[in-house]
Amino acid sequence: MGRKILLDKINVPGIKTYEVYRKEGGYASVEKALKKMTPDEVVEEVKTSGLRGRGGAGFPAGMKWSFIDKKSGKPRHLVCNADESEPGTFKDRYLMEYIPHLLIEGMITSSYALGANLSYIYIRGEYMWVYKILEKAIAEAKTAGWLGKNILGSGYDLELYVQIGGGAYICGEETALIESLEGNRGNPRIKPPFPAVQGLWQNPTVVNNVETIAAVPWIVNNSGADYAAIGIGRSTGTKLISASGNIKNQGVFEIDLGLSVYEFMNSDEYCGGMQTNRPLKALVPGGSSVPILPANLIYKTANGEDRLMTYESLSDGGFATGSMLGSGGFIVYDDRACIVRNTWNFARFYHHESCGQCTPCREGTGWLEKVLWRIENGQGREEDIDLLWSIQSKIEGNTICPLGDAASWPVAAAIRHFRDEFEYHVRFPEKIKNRDHFVAEPFEKVKHLVAKQTV
Amino acid sequence: MEKTHHTQEINMTESLMNRINELISHYPEGKQKSALLPVLHEVQDAHDNWLSIELQNKVAEILQIQPIEVYEVVTFYTMFNQRPIGKYMFEFCQTSPCCQNGVEDLMDYTCEKLGVKVGEPTSDGQFEIRGVECLGACGYAPMMQLGDFYQEHLTKEKIDQLIEDCKEGKITLHDK
Repeated sequence: MGRKILLDKINVPGIKTYEVYRKEGGYASVEKALKKMTPDEVVEEVKTSGLRGRGGAGFPAGMKWSFIDKKSGKPRHLVCNADESEPGTFKDRYLMEYIPHLLIEGMITSSYALGANLSYIYIRGEYMWVYKILEKAIAEAKTAGWLGKNILGSGYDLELYVQIGGGAYICGEETALIESLEGNRGNPRIKPPFPAVQGLWQNPTVVNNVETIAAVPWIVNNSGADYAAIGIGRSTGTKLISASGNIKNQGVFEIDLGLSVYEFMNSDEYCGGMQTNRPLKALVPGGSSVPILPANLIYKTANGEDRLMTYESLSDGGFATGSMLGSGGFIVYDDRACIVRNTWNFARFYHHESCGQCTPCREGTGWLEKVLWRIENGQGREEDIDLLWSIQSKIEGNTICPLGDAASWPVAAAIRHFRDEFEYHVRFPEKIKNRDHFVAEPFEKVKHLVAKQTV
Repeated sequence: MEKTHHTQEINMTESLMNRINELISHYPEGKQKSALLPVLHEVQDAHDNWLSIELQNKVAEILQIQPIEVYEVVTFYTMFNQRPIGKYMFEFCQTSPCCQNGVEDLMDYTCEKLGVKVGEPTSDGQFEIRGVECLGACGYAPMMQLGDFYQEHLTKEKIDQLIEDCKEGKITLHDK
């Protein structure tokens, strides 16, 4: 059995309630931090742990904390990013739904470290029932004295609230989230200034993902060094992976970073292998925004080494032969998956979710969707594949926030690794018209047609 | 001629106003605009799940902000409805993992069963089907949202049952 740091108590009956959570040792990190540690010591432990932001970017959390402007004299804030909306990713919901007090404990300890007296959990609007679970848990924590004035007689005050979003993926970007929390459209801000200097209401603010904050109690209770001892290299600790697609066991798993992709995919403890034993065709390892990997690059890197579940190994070779750990949204495709249709599906998502602030993203995502749709529907033109490549390359790196990159990378990777499938769509439109929705006949069976015509 | 402006009875009950005031108290003085999204959710839930211009103006008045500030938020976020919608809105997730698990077939099946197209309410205003982007339930696909709740691992049989339960008034849309 793999080690459990975040999910070790998740199956304890009643763990959702304060009484059971406390009985199981909950809130010990708040006691330790407030009674025995200075805020800077907590920050140092998190730095030592090597904990990297679990929302997708992977930026070291302790370093982010150390950027917060303590000299301005303005109030500081911690904002938890619970706007999980990346296709393939559903891990934060699992934590909040089943063990809400873990996040609240993490929020209190982390807020103390940052000197924040007013903190928020910003949760996506669709998770309405989880919002209510969190509100209830916060009320319980407040009644028990873990929130409010002079917590544990330490002189430290903290108010914590949950803020509900309105259904916009872009609000997962930290500055868009702050705009939304201020009651505005979720338009990302130009950085710098970074939120650590000018964030919520222009006050110094740290925005961290749910999973990141939920790891803080373990780090404080044990030590940063203990956490850093788990994992490999700069990929320290454990990571929640939300696995979906054509695998036997779909759901949320906690792994030690460094587990091999092969073991994660095939062991009964995790994904359990392919559904109906069909061949593996492709994998999106870190949510829809990261490049798709073809079967031959999933278990081995381009150098022939075992591919590991780490930030470094999954991105080995750059995007030519690698991908990203991202948010840990692990989507598996078997041989019946139509890569063109899947790429169109993702393009539609990014077009729908673009905030419209930057022209390359606003216009480009819609253009990508339109061209992909006509290829998928048997109306593609020979030049369309190069056109897609050109459009995506002009979006990437040319927008205020990373949504533009997120829209372009899946298209680029699909063309890079599955160009023959796009060509098949363009050259044999009669074979793909009127087929049954998302599931296609295995492309391997017809691959020779493209090769023949190319010759 | 197509009706372009729908009217709505505004009913700001005491309990709704108490909840709004509680939400405003979550933010520092002068920052009451931050309560806009949660307030809109509460007001929408209490008004047949949609927000007329008049109701949006009312929200602006309560929060002491300009009406345009409410309009730009309502039009930006997908969860706020600007027209009357079916009482039971079946919002099917249509992103990749749900599609891999057959959500498109289930949407077709539901449309056929209810005799509607996506985005059109049934003639009695009871049902409407909508395709939405990722709802964060990829491991429990295919799925849809109905009110505040997720309906996961959907099958045609489960959809049949849900429609029956809606018709019999057995479905709770909001957990109040």
